[in-house]
Amino acid sequence: MAEGTVQGIAEVPQDFKGSATTGMTVTVLYFAALREQIGREAQELDVPAEGLAVSALLARLGAEDSRAATALAEQPRLRVAVNHALCAMSDMVRPGDEVAVFPPMTGG
Amino acid sequence: MRVAVQAEAFDVAAEMARLSSLSTLAGGISLFVGQVRGGAGLVSLTLEHYPGMTEKVMRTLADDAMTRFDLLGCTVIHRIGRLEVGQPIVFVGACAAHRGAALAATSFLIDRLKTGAPFWKKEEYASGAATWVEARVEDEAAASAWDAP
Repeated sequence: MAEGTVQGIAEVPQDFKGSATTGMTVTVLYFAALREQIGREAQELDVPAEGLAVSALLARLGAEDSRAATALAEQPRLRVAVNHALCAMSDMVRPGDEVAVFPPMTGG
Repeated sequence: MRVAVQAEAFDVAAEMARLSSLSTLAGGISLFVGQVRGGAGLVSLTLEHYPGMTEKVMRTLADDAMTRFDLLGCTVIHRIGRLEVGQPIVFVGACAAHRGAALAATSFLIDRLKTGAPFWKKEEYASGAATWVEARVEDEAAASAWDAP
């Protein structure tokens, strides 16, 4: 890919809302029961350059997908990790981050 | 310090030998093995994990144990994939100068591993039913009991 060239950037339309081209996305991963309920294991989501709170990101996921809305609402004790570290609902997610959403862990 | 996530079974004797030969100052080695508990028609567990985060959490946990209990070494191995009743799931070993630290570190490691590392278990029953294991309040209490007072 020839990303990063001046020409490439100039070609992005003014109303472009972000994609892999601009890097204004986060990768969202789902695990275990949540992955099965939502019916997929990963998706990309556009986020503002300044980022958004984890709680707002979850609301966006629910607003865009009814299965996600149901699954997230039914799982009262969701855990969220950003870049492999557990985080609070008020923590910020920024473009390029990897966000994982999953039920309480049951290892051992 | 040795941490591993793997599908294959672990060799308890080899892990024990490794821990016991770490240092001439070693006076106590404690081992814990968790295995798939049967009953109520359970056939198997399938363990899913979050590659990348799992190893990171396990390394941090082992690091914490090394410092907290002044260990000479420790080992944490967790299996993934489908495991039938009676098969080993997890190995925790700790080596210290004295038994107290080794025993306490082993408890600490398994308690924290159960609720802090991103693994999830799905149960499969003889009836064909398959359900995800719910987190147990007792497990979370055991893990948080190690928090600073």
